[in-house]
Amino acid sequence: MKTFPIGGVHPSDNKQWSKGSAIEVMELPDVVNIPLAQHIGAPATAIVKKGDSVVVGQKIAEATGFMSANIHAPISGTVTAVDMQPNGQGLRQMMITIKREGDEWDEAIDRSTTLVTECNLEPKQIIEKIKDAGIVGMGGATFPTHVKLSIPDGKRAEILIINGVECEPYLTSDYRTMLERGQELIVGTRILMRAIGVTKAVIGVEANKPDAVAHLQQIIGTATDITVQMLKTQYPQGGEKQLIAAVTSRQVPPPPALPIDVGAVVCNASTAVAVYEAVQKNKPLIERVVTVTGAAVPQPKNLLTRFGTPVEAMIAKCGGLAEGDVKVINGGPMMGRALSNIAMPVMKGCSGITIMVGAAAGRGVESACIKCAKCVEACPMGLEPYLLSKQAKKKAWDAMEANDITSCIECGCCQFTCPANIPLLDYVRLGKQTVMGIIRARNMKK
Amino acid sequence: MTTLIYTILTLCIIGVVAAVVLYFVAQKFKVEEDPRIDETEKMLPGANCGGCGFPGCRGLATALVESDDISALYCSVGGDECMSKIADYLGKAAPKKEPQVATVRCGGSCEKRPRTNTYVGATSCAIASSLYVGETGCAYGCLGYGDCVEACAFDAIHINPETGLAEVDADKCTACGACVKACPKGIIELRKRWPKNRAIYVSCVSKDKGAVTMKACKAGCIGCRKCEKVCEFGAITVENNVAFIDSTKCRLCRKCVAECPTGAIRMIGLAPLVKKEEVKEEK
Amino acid sequence: MANRFFVSPAPHVHSDYSTVRLMGDVVIALLPALMVSVRVFGWNVLAITTVSIASCVLLEYLVQKFLVKGPVTVNNLSAVVTGLLLAMNLPANIPLWIVVVGAVVAIGVAKMPFGGLGKNLFNPALAARVFLLIAYPVQMTSFPQPTINGFADAYSGATPLGAAKGMLVNFADFDALGMFTGAMGGSFGEVSALALLLGFAYLLMRKVISWHIPVAVLGTMAVFAAIYGATMGGAMIWQFPLFHLLAGGALLGAIFMATDYVTSPMTTKGMVIYGIGIGVITMCIRLWGAYPEGMSFAILIMNSVVPLINKYVKPKRFGVK
Repeated sequence: MKTFPIGGVHPSDNKQWSKGSAIEVMELPDVVNIPLAQHIGAPATAIVKKGDSVVVGQKIAEATGFMSANIHAPISGTVTAVDMQPNGQGLRQMMITIKREGDEWDEAIDRSTTLVTECNLEPKQIIEKIKDAGIVGMGGATFPTHVKLSIPDGKRAEILIINGVECEPYLTSDYRTMLERGQELIVGTRILMRAIGVTKAVIGVEANKPDAVAHLQQIIGTATDITVQMLKTQYPQGGEKQLIAAVTSRQVPPPPALPIDVGAVVCNASTAVAVYEAVQKNKPLIERVVTVTGAAVPQPKNLLTRFGTPVEAMIAKCGGLAEGDVKVINGGPMMGRALSNIAMPVMKGCSGITIMVGAAAGRGVESACIKCAKCVEACPMGLEPYLLSKQAKKKAWDAMEANDITSCIECGCCQFTCPANIPLLDYVRLGKQTVMGIIRARNMKK
Repeated sequence: MTTLIYTILTLCIIGVVAAVVLYFVAQKFKVEEDPRIDETEKMLPGANCGGCGFPGCRGLATALVESDDISALYCSVGGDECMSKIADYLGKAAPKKEPQVATVRCGGSCEKRPRTNTYVGATSCAIASSLYVGETGCAYGCLGYGDCVEACAFDAIHINPETGLAEVDADKCTACGACVKACPKGIIELRKRWPKNRAIYVSCVSKDKGAVTMKACKAGCIGCRKCEKVCEFGAITVENNVAFIDSTKCRLCRKCVAECPTGAIRMIGLAPLVKKEEVKEEK
Repeated sequence: MANRFFVSPAPHVHSDYSTVRLMGDVVIALLPALMVSVRVFGWNVLAITTVSIASCVLLEYLVQKFLVKGPVTVNNLSAVVTGLLLAMNLPANIPLWIVVVGAVVAIGVAKMPFGGLGKNLFNPALAARVFLLIAYPVQMTSFPQPTINGFADAYSGATPLGAAKGMLVNFADFDALGMFTGAMGGSFGEVSALALLLGFAYLLMRKVISWHIPVAVLGTMAVFAAIYGATMGGAMIWQFPLFHLLAGGALLGAIFMATDYVTSPMTTKGMVIYGIGIGVITMCIRLWGAYPEGMSFAILIMNSVVPLINKYVKPKRFGVK
């Protein structure tokens, strides 16, 4: 079975907790806080002010420049504040607060469930619609989709890869989306193919989701433009570069090279569904499927949630938080961010809420490195995490750059595998951030 | 007997040959260097702390010898005395600086600033700070994992286990600025050093609105501007909801301390102001 | 709700690897060889093993507690592994006090002065063995006869290699099956190839070690010996390599000593280079050196090259041609 060429680990996926529960619609929150920075790039600029009334799908913040994304009202009601609020990590961020009144939708949005397969728009028009809808990569990276689809001059896309891998343990939101919104996903994929001018698309799915593979294959039928590729269950199979390597056997060179340099464009499966809704139904990105799961969650669920819904409310819907030591994670257990503030609103990149309890909430006790080389073996980018983390501790930034720190994808394989419980990635990530800063400053000078 | 003589002879010849080779190699690879650099380096404290901006004392010594105007170069560890000695030796004008001391501007001790979560990541302020705000509701205060302690070459800053805050040992501090650079929260400031380590400063840098700050920490500055109004020397400014006392303008009159409702203005080595009295010129 | 919220950077889950588990697996993998030794050489083997392990653990405890005054980490089983490996490298009739001296060298000289687990340059058990070999050559090289019925007179006390040293080309009494199952003289851990290979399989199955180092070492030795054997002609081309793989500490060294985490390279490429180096040096010593066995020296020599290998041999980076 196809997989990526170097490294990787096999964490227990624990998807059984939530994979069986069909997507449920989460109750509308009474008050939502909508952060203006929900994507990579410049935060959006608010275009509503306190006292304005808004309807669902109305644009409330506009992209600031190309590398940014629009934001739309997920509920209808009155704007009560545009102010700094703490985000999930407690950091103060600009947010728009809306108090809900009913559920009024923008009239342009087609809310029917009829499948619209026909799309005759020009690539430019498609990308424009995607941009208007504020769509960003929904796998967690939140890279604005219209930027990804705008192929730079001199480059050519050859293949579209839809990322249905969901290699992150525990999470099942993409899996449920593939099962329940398969038709829309396939139409969305064809629209994306049209937008970037390719005739071939591959949907990559990990082998632990055979039913999703079968379902998508059945929808595609005899058509030959889209194929479903089953991939080995191995983390980080869904990493963009790993997925491209697994599907096409081409390796994206180290940064600043991008996937397009090997002719590939990768979009998440949920993003493809969002693209379908935006292009065919005029529906901007205002909600998404969020998995709420964990060993001690009474009823793990996949919830279709409007943005801005507090994480607390979702946890409550799934049976509440267990007593004692907990860690609430925005995302999955390998790459998610732990929350210090569970009033955090759900955002575009939030594919799941994972709750760890008891001893699993903490970390193991660190001991001496025994140079077992397991981190080197596990690193999917062929780096030496033991060395990089040591250099980061010593602040040897030049040496880290020489050892290709910028290639690190922060997947966490090294730290996951370390028998001595050394926080390898904590230091490697710090080093990567610092080195990236140094490189940016150097490039500015030039 | 001949063996002995041969041994001695061989050794001597080897010795002579090696000496000759060494001599020529040393001549060939000799590096011409101003001997004053060595002398200047000897006059510097030799802590190699990097506070001057050079990687070590030799870097500063080289710069001192090579540049004509040395007014921008300064070793805060050696201070004015050391600099004037070096300037005399080099025949240049000595750079001067007011003596300074590092000051940690956070008073959010464990009891004043309740913990809302427990951090279990790597023990490093830089890592914790790039992840989130920290273990309390305050996004600006001291994290207490000791990046500054690690950076200090003089053992002059420590984390007090009772308060969980970094504390400067003013007697040991040389104002090299290593901790200032190491602190990801930017709460350490080099302030004017008063005799007997006296000091008055705002021990808070929270830019949050008063109500938010108050909720997170009982010792925070809420930006009420009372101190700004009472200061006769224009030393206090309130910007972004937080007061700042300019240590070059402050005269240690203590009026602001009495006025502060949260105790965010800290006073060291001074008795509380009881009644109105004449401002004594220190120094 | 009485919750304590934990926060840390990702990842939030951990594999079930731990230092204790890895060390424990090495101990388990050595048990078959130990059992064969007990069967071949008698209960004395257990006494030596117990003394060796006990003195290593005790010494590490004392050093950490009273000299370093740091945290005591003997419960990570690394000293147990060192003790066990040291014992397996000794002849079965060695006086117990020499075992204690070996433990002192292993822990007190080769391991702790470098900073303890993970910092030592040389494999502690091997450093101790080589020290003993030089300091007490008589006791270290008078091997007892295997006591199993039927095999008893196999080598009259000398190791196959020792015997071979005198008559390099005479393999009249070469008994591959006997050597494979444990009926040969030698340090008690190295006698049974079968038991050692069983341990190797277990280590591979539990992903404690990768196959690179053992295969590189043994492969190099086999190729080397085959070339040498070919010059002698006839069946030597396969008999000579087989003999060298089964004789002496080849398997014990390649599987358990050369793969010691701390003193072996970090990358697979480096591991192969390191393994080839050990194989070549071992064969050179065996064929032309003063000692009959060269495995210990070869590993120690290559140990000293490991930092260099780690510095210059980098893994293949993703996306770099």
